[in-house]
Amino acid sequence: MNAPVPLIEVEQLEAWYGRRRVLHGVDFAVNAGEIRVIMGGSGSGKSTLLRHLLGLQRPVSGRVKLFGVDLGEASERALLDVRKRIGVSFQGGALLTSLTVGENVALPLREHTTLDESTIRIMSRLKLEVVNLGGFQDLMPSQLSGGMVKRAALARAIVMDPRLLFFDEPSAGLDPVVSAELDELILRLRDALRMTIVVVTHELESAFKIADTITVLDQGNILTTGTVAAVRASDNERIQDLLNRRPREVQVDADAYLKRLTEEEA
Amino acid sequence: MNALARPLGDLGRATLGAFAGVGYAAMLLFEALYYVFAGWRIGQPVRVAAVARQMREIGANALPIVALLGFTVGLMLGIQFIASLSEFGAQSQVVVAVAKSVTREFGALITAILVAGRSGSALAARIGSMSVSQEVDALAVIGIEPVRYLVAPALIAMLVMLPALTIFANAVAIFGAALYSAPALNVTPTAYLLQTMSLLSTGDLWQGLSKSVVFAVLITLIGVSTGFSVSGGAEGVGRATTRSVVLSICWIIVVDMVFSFFLNR
Repeated sequence: MNAPVPLIEVEQLEAWYGRRRVLHGVDFAVNAGEIRVIMGGSGSGKSTLLRHLLGLQRPVSGRVKLFGVDLGEASERALLDVRKRIGVSFQGGALLTSLTVGENVALPLREHTTLDESTIRIMSRLKLEVVNLGGFQDLMPSQLSGGMVKRAALARAIVMDPRLLFFDEPSAGLDPVVSAELDELILRLRDALRMTIVVVTHELESAFKIADTITVLDQGNILTTGTVAAVRASDNERIQDLLNRRPREVQVDADAYLKRLTEEEA
Repeated sequence: MNALARPLGDLGRATLGAFAGVGYAAMLLFEALYYVFAGWRIGQPVRVAAVARQMREIGANALPIVALLGFTVGLMLGIQFIASLSEFGAQSQVVVAVAKSVTREFGALITAILVAGRSGSALAARIGSMSVSQEVDALAVIGIEPVRYLVAPALIAMLVMLPALTIFANAVAIFGAALYSAPALNVTPTAYLLQTMSLLSTGDLWQGLSKSVVFAVLITLIGVSTGFSVSGGAEGVGRATTRSVVLSICWIIVVDMVFSFFLNR
């Protein structure tokens, strides 16, 4: 049997914000059919990594390939083809506030297909049913609760039946019950629709529940990638700090510290 | 040394920032025009419905306020010209003075300032808050180019509606002037209007209209580029909105002066 071809390949990805390096030569691959959780604390570079995976930021150096297409070098047409095959659920939902929930979910279909209006309506309502929001299509996004916004965003993300789904912080800002429901939903999507799913989160509990494999990111470096059990058993100190919610011990470099305090333009 | 270096550095950064802003706006303009003319070929068509919605917001919804301001400005010009020209016993020149100043200057200028305040700021606020809440990113990953979806319809709508509003403002302002001046000149308002028609040349109208086309591009570009560059949450959106109005109005007045200079040589 051939080795599975990875859907996502990242090679030696570097990212900078001004003079600060956010990603240090990250290598990364996700195979078809798996749920990969990218875990890391605040400032670990996981949002930046996600922006690169989505093609929202072009890599300064290194490559990001989705379905074998290099996002940094792809033509606009090729990039559009890739984007039709991925779905993204953003942290805050990012529903267009000027459209109703139903119109938001139908938007990708309206823009990328030539289906007639009634088919689009049925398909978008079907997806709203999948995320348990049946009957909410005529409300405006501002009328929904936080959990409902996330589920509606998920419905929009899966309306084109993408092969690859990205989910940014599914449980941020939600109560435990709602976030557990979302976790169930993610698992169901993988099983029912055979999606490959990448979840970015800092919530340990949800990460361990849904992940097939976990990538731990810390200060722009990948500490490890492995199964849930392997990550739990890791003897890396930073990983154990993350898992056990230990505050990290900051080592102070006296010279750098003084320089930061006294320099005019830090 | 430092005392000199810092202001110079600030000046340099501000200059670079200004150039970068102009460059960014120019890039947005070219991208928007590209999507208008060639978008459908690469799967990014500019939707007629979106253009129509923008036209309604920018144009039709502004009609009452344009009418009110146009009428008031016309009235005001009538009053001023009657008062100042009568000092030389030249009241009869009021008709031509009003006709030319309205069509060449005030119609286009008042309309542009109004639309900058109404729609330029709305564009900045809308796109700004969409950037902040990741809606712009969401559009991009859905495969909808934000420039095609947000900028191109606004640009077309502005290019059509601002000249249209300008013509409307011209008509209303001259009508306003007629209402005040006709009795003062002992003619009927109809006679006043007929005389205006005979005195106006198409060149006068073109002067105002060509300016309004340039104003349309300015208002749209300043609105959308300040909107896209919003950072820093709700406060950033507020700042961008203010900035877009102030910048638009400054540019409109400066460009107006430059145009007047070259068109009247």
